[in-house]
Amino acid sequence: MEIASLTIAAVRDTLLSRRASAVELATAFLDFAQAENPRTNAFLHFCAERALAAARRVDDAIARGEDPGPLAGVPIAVKDVILTAGVHTTCGSRLLERFVPPYDATAIARLETAGAVIIGKTNCDEFAMGSSNENSAFGPVRNPIAPDRVPGGSSGGSAAAVAQGTAVAALGSDTGGSIRQPASFCGVVGVTPTYGRVSRYGLTAFASSLDHIGPFARTVRDAATVLRVVAGRDPADATSAGAPVPDYPSLLDGRVKGLKLGLPREYLKDLTSETGDLIHRAAATLESLGCELREISLPATDYAIACYYVIATAEASSNLARYDGVRYSARSPHSETLADMYRNTRGEGFGAECKRRIMLGTYVLSHGYYDAYYLKAQRVRALIARDFAKAFEQVEAIVAPVSPFPAFKLGEKVDDPVAMYLSDVYTITGSLAGIPCMSVPCGTTAEGLPVGMQILTRHFDEATMFRLADAYETTQRR
Amino acid sequence: MKIGETEVRYVAALANLALTDAEIARFQSELSGILEYFDKLNEIDTSGVEPMAQVLLAADPAATLREDVPAPSLGSEAALANAPQAGAGYFKVPKVIER
Repeated sequence: MEIASLTIAAVRDTLLSRRASAVELATAFLDFAQAENPRTNAFLHFCAERALAAARRVDDAIARGEDPGPLAGVPIAVKDVILTAGVHTTCGSRLLERFVPPYDATAIARLETAGAVIIGKTNCDEFAMGSSNENSAFGPVRNPIAPDRVPGGSSGGSAAAVAQGTAVAALGSDTGGSIRQPASFCGVVGVTPTYGRVSRYGLTAFASSLDHIGPFARTVRDAATVLRVVAGRDPADATSAGAPVPDYPSLLDGRVKGLKLGLPREYLKDLTSETGDLIHRAAATLESLGCELREISLPATDYAIACYYVIATAEASSNLARYDGVRYSARSPHSETLADMYRNTRGEGFGAECKRRIMLGTYVLSHGYYDAYYLKAQRVRALIARDFAKAFEQVEAIVAPVSPFPAFKLGEKVDDPVAMYLSDVYTITGSLAGIPCMSVPCGTTAEGLPVGMQILTRHFDEATMFRLADAYETTQRR
Repeated sequence: MKIGETEVRYVAALANLALTDAEIARFQSELSGILEYFDKLNEIDTSGVEPMAQVLLAADPAATLREDVPAPSLGSEAALANAPQAGAGYFKVPKVIER
């Protein structure tokens, strides 16, 4: 059996036809993922015991003739910012190297209730801050397609694992593009659902008004299946939404004829590269399926990066204040007083990018600058959200690039924070507006590097986004 | 917006972040560069626009309320399991009272 290309449906078929047990499958994936890991450094830790226990529950359910759940026996990788009870959760940080969470994130509990087998925790930029995975305290992840290049970030390990085939699907987190950009760089599907669609209970907070959990998979249908399981209201997260969750996979009927799609002028005007050609070609394919394309304008786009980095760093400086040496495993041994313990624990524990963002966030919130930066950025955010609301009066979905360029070389942008921040230009706007957005592979450059097309829809309309992405994906498989 | 060494040290103190002299020097130039980029926000007219603090989604104001019923909590053993130093059911920290 070729496990690296299995889909959720194939796993189910394998189990129900008794060609392999869930325990056999979990063992095969754990062996494969551990053998492959030196190539990419995608996983930080494996949880064999937990995986095999979950697999046994699936096998027992099948033996009893019960429905083993929509994700029965599906090996899943989880970004190491999402809490797993009894399994190390480091957030890619030295500070949490020894941290073992006492409870599961709601998304994790929902996955396992649905029969999923969590095999390990994936590498990421420290506290999900970065666009290349080079900010992990445990070494960068290498792109499985081109090992001298980054997998994107911050959910680089999850994207790489799914691309490599060491997991059938994965969970990541997205604050400004951390699911879509690595999905695009690694040639897999990555979904950032509507803000509030998936409970963040047990997701380590980075910027609370922007943080999302979302799935990675190799097909649109698989990503939709995972989202269906993890989405929905959770009493443990007051920001989780009560909107009903449709059965996404059953809505993938290929019916996209007459769908009105917007191409944002501001996203495409500077895009003359191969990425631009591939996005235009993908849009033409959608047109050939009967979609109506029209140019739209999102005039505040130019201000999105500045807006995002003010808001995200301000919220991060507050959220990361809890790592003070009192509760979360790490404490500097070189401190006589409480105040020194705080300062030294944080100074020794955080990596360069976290410190930079804590400094920026503290600065923009500090006395005398709050109005000029933070309040101003929140007003600009309202304009960006208004742009999308206006666009969605004319169109049902927006088609755009994910990143201005494909995966770049390791080390290429690491010394220039502004250049690194600018690479998030097309993903940040959707995050600020809180609308669903995803990356779906739309071809490769002459060098063989994957490029993703971004699809954005109205709040809570993941169904249209998936339907469109699935119809497009079908044309690419022919 | 350029920021100087004094300001970098002031912000580091607010953030409870011990920085080396090399880090202070590096942040001076890096933060100045980023803040200069942030000045772009002044180019856009936001008069009359309400700040957006949260993605506001239409919902019943009571949607997030639930019955107030007691439920088991984590318990102090689990809550203290990751403490760098714990004792007698508490988190222990260095002496707080300074002369």
